[in-house]
Amino acid sequence: MSQQVRTIQGGQEYTGPGVVGPEYDNTTVTEKISNLVLRKDTELSWFAGVAIGAFGGLILLVSVTYLVLIGTGIWGLNVPVGWGFAIINFVWWIGIGHAGTLISAILHLMQQSWRNSINRFAEAMTIFAVMCAGMFPLLHVGRPWLAYWLMPLPNTMALWPQWRSPLVWDVFAVSTYFTVSLIFWYMGMIPDLGTLRDRATNPYLRQLFGLLSMGWRGATSHWARYEKAYLILAGLSTPLVLSVHSVVSFDFAVSLVPGWHTTVFPPYFVAGAVYAGFAMVLTCTIPVRKYYGLEGLITIRHLENMAKVTLATGYIVIYGYAMEAFISWYSASPYEGFMMWNRMWSGPYWWSYWMLLFCNAFSIQFLWFKKLRRSPIFLWFLSLIVGVGMWLERFVIVVTSLARDYLPSSWDVYSGTVWDWSLYIGTIGFFIMMMFLFIRFLPIIPMSEMKMILPRSKKAE
Amino acid sequence: MPQIFTPAANTVAKASIVGGFLLVASLLSSVFYLGSTSYVTRQQDVRPQPVPFSHRHHVNQLGIDCRYCHTSVEESNFAGLPQTKTCMSCHSMVWTDAPMLEPVRESYATGESLEWVRVHDLPDYVYFNHSIHVNKGIGCESCHGAVNEMALMFQENSLQMMWCLECHRNPEAHIRDRADIYKFESQPDYDPPADQLALGEQLVRSYKVNKIQLEDCSICHR
Repeated sequence: MSQQVRTIQGGQEYTGPGVVGPEYDNTTVTEKISNLVLRKDTELSWFAGVAIGAFGGLILLVSVTYLVLIGTGIWGLNVPVGWGFAIINFVWWIGIGHAGTLISAILHLMQQSWRNSINRFAEAMTIFAVMCAGMFPLLHVGRPWLAYWLMPLPNTMALWPQWRSPLVWDVFAVSTYFTVSLIFWYMGMIPDLGTLRDRATNPYLRQLFGLLSMGWRGATSHWARYEKAYLILAGLSTPLVLSVHSVVSFDFAVSLVPGWHTTVFPPYFVAGAVYAGFAMVLTCTIPVRKYYGLEGLITIRHLENMAKVTLATGYIVIYGYAMEAFISWYSASPYEGFMMWNRMWSGPYWWSYWMLLFCNAFSIQFLWFKKLRRSPIFLWFLSLIVGVGMWLERFVIVVTSLARDYLPSSWDVYSGTVWDWSLYIGTIGFFIMMMFLFIRFLPIIPMSEMKMILPRSKKAE
Repeated sequence: MPQIFTPAANTVAKASIVGGFLLVASLLSSVFYLGSTSYVTRQQDVRPQPVPFSHRHHVNQLGIDCRYCHTSVEESNFAGLPQTKTCMSCHSMVWTDAPMLEPVRESYATGESLEWVRVHDLPDYVYFNHSIHVNKGIGCESCHGAVNEMALMFQENSLQMMWCLECHRNPEAHIRDRADIYKFESQPDYDPPADQLALGEQLVRSYKVNKIQLEDCSICHR
């Protein structure tokens, strides 16, 4: 069976009113998606993609090894900038993950069934992004092998985590987020794993998928329980979309540093996370749908919807920027005022602020045009710009405030070293590698959920 | 198509749910348990020394004060180990031919120090100070145990942080009068107080032991 040619070649953009292209029915959906996993011929370009990712993964391994051997002194961190790339990259990666949870949980509860095409992919992205994010604070503690001290475990030191520290809140927010996302992702995949088990011909593969599908038979009782559990998990994940990045923003907001001590941070961070996350979903799905001919499943309508969410959350982010500037004036605090003026004009990082505004405030205005929202190429480039913009946002927040803190004698200019960059590039490589492995070994679009949104009339014909 | 799994797979799957939790729980608890055993802490472990020095003989039978040998305990972070000269102040006259004491005489003749094996060895990131403890009413016995009963020296307590904190959080239970620092409960000239906690509270006040500060990280780690 796995030798079947792909029944749907793809390549045709579908612009009609339905969620999926007219070429798909119950049979072709399953064939199309399961063949991506069960086909025996793997194209050379897939290997090339994995190799590029794995090369980044090797850079990551080298960077981590050298860091563990020498210590965090290899990074550009020093007084007064004690939080550099590590926290920037942590917030960036965690934010990217948020789109996955929003798509799978909130859009599910809101019965936005178009999200069925992209939720598996976005959830996988969430999980890999949180993996990348988690590395940074772990490595930043300097002795990652003692990181378990952050957990409330019995120990011979009679130590207990410091609950007043937002960094401890982070540990719990992120680990809860990762656990729930992983369970949600896996549980949603069980019916599909059952399909793969039934369609696989290789006995080992059948056993593997059989094990993973946990005895799924597709019985009515299975479906009833599955639907219930899925709804519960969606309910559990929904507050996480808001809480995780709020807690991350507390790392800054509960401190007394000008530019950090701001009440707008939690909503502004959450919106920024969803914004960056949707951009990343666009970055990943546009090439994949093109390459594997999935235009009929992830249609232009999906891309347009994602572009709309990007635009909406982008405006919340712009509101955040505006409020930061407004409050620094309105508060009449000389420190806030200096921070803003320094950030925008007089400081050494003024260029990063204007680049940030270009990426996040100016460039998304193009999304007001329907034609551009429906252009995959344009969206792909725009999503890259947004990714850069969100990285710059964290750079501006972390570095400009610290580099010019209360004590002018300790002012300094911060920049990342080679090892800062190599670790960051390494995590991107790791992410790419994981995405490629995911594309080849697991169903990237939920077959069972796609069937819920197929036009019913198809069968009757 | 034949079945992929035998019916036994159902049992295995169900057992693995409970088994997984039990495995994690038992691994965690055995790591914690192992960490507090004497295998890790080296409690009660007599280590080979160049000379089998008996604290029991010198303290209980001869009545020598701790400070006769550990001279710097009241002024320094380190209690101090005696110079060979200190040993020879007696052993140039008694047991002058004992073969057991040959390393002492050799050290005295050559000027090479005796190399005692340290029994109470704290990690380098712990800045322990003997003088503050003995001057604020913590007796030798509270940490080192009944040294006056030890024929050969060994570590009585775990020296783990949780053990340190047990007293730092509750010094009333251990503090004693400054006159009794170098005395041992098993000696006839020292009677433990009938109401340790009442005495302890009074001593904590009069010795100005700042209890809040005792739990600060920087009290021991810098």
